[in-house]
Amino acid sequence: MGVIRSLKRNFTDLLKKLLNKKSARIGIYGPPNAGKTTLANRILRDWTGDAMGSVSNVAHETRRARRREGVTIKGNGNSLSLDIIDTPGLATKIDFHEFMEQGMSEAESKRRAKEATEGVIEAVKWLENLDGIILVMDATEDPFTQVNVTVIGNMEARGLPLLIAANKIDREDSSPSTIREAFPQHPLVAISALEGKNIDTLYEEIAKRFG
Amino acid sequence: MDLLSEDRLARMSPVEKVRFIIDEVKNGKILVLERGLSPEEEANLIEMTMTQIAPDEFSGIEMETYPAHETKSFLGKLFNKGPKGRLTLIGPADQLKTLKKDRDMITALVSSNR
Repeated sequence: MGVIRSLKRNFTDLLKKLLNKKSARIGIYGPPNAGKTTLANRILRDWTGDAMGSVSNVAHETRRARRREGVTIKGNGNSLSLDIIDTPGLATKIDFHEFMEQGMSEAESKRRAKEATEGVIEAVKWLENLDGIILVMDATEDPFTQVNVTVIGNMEARGLPLLIAANKIDREDSSPSTIREAFPQHPLVAISALEGKNIDTLYEEIAKRFG
Repeated sequence: MDLLSEDRLARMSPVEKVRFIIDEVKNGKILVLERGLSPEEEANLIEMTMTQIAPDEFSGIEMETYPAHETKSFLGKLFNKGPKGRLTLIGPADQLKTLKKDRDMITALVSSNR
């Protein structure tokens, strides 16, 4: 199975090179509240003047995957057309009581929890249909979460490129070096998606890794 | 708590493994898997867990494993041999809480209260 998948991917890559097609379908993944939609909004605003979706401090604000096609970004003198999929936050547990603690009603919390579970399923299914991933990690949090380990493991098993965005470096307690030490085998760019810090370096890496 | 050998899980298909784990965890078991799951199986387990979540009954699982060692050999890469799984701890989210985790050590709190 793995051999067939590997051959199919190699053939697709070869075809793309022959046709000189520089495009990639990229998923933005990560745990809830890592800043995935903030990053997606930043990328879209910078390159299309548009936005992807709303952001919130309450977890699971994004509960449906959002897709934006044909976003052309430039970096290192290269131009690359991206289909960007902003995915709901991955989690292994969703407890509606946590939404109630944020001031939501019980009915609203249960509905949000139900939608969040559907969002996680959608995000997992997208893993099968991507050319690469930007894994957004909150640089103020412990990087060894199961979600990060599972996403990285899936990309390594599929032989697909992965770029880690160590987000929230505008916060004083951020430590992107902890993430770098945790996953030294993958490229990492420390950014603030909110303030745009280091975002040009991220675009250069995207063009380099996914082009 | 059940400690499952690599051999025990190796006799199951990926679907059986995921189903077995979910059933055991929903019954309040905490499982320690000697060799863990493949990354695809971990993703399938997350997916199936989401389908089982029900308010006030089951809020999901706590799953902890170490980051996998990447396949470095030429043959492994050629045949797309994924990284080997490592020891994995899985339990109900309301009974198992990870306190600290790093590359080679997991500290968890197990509670018998549901």
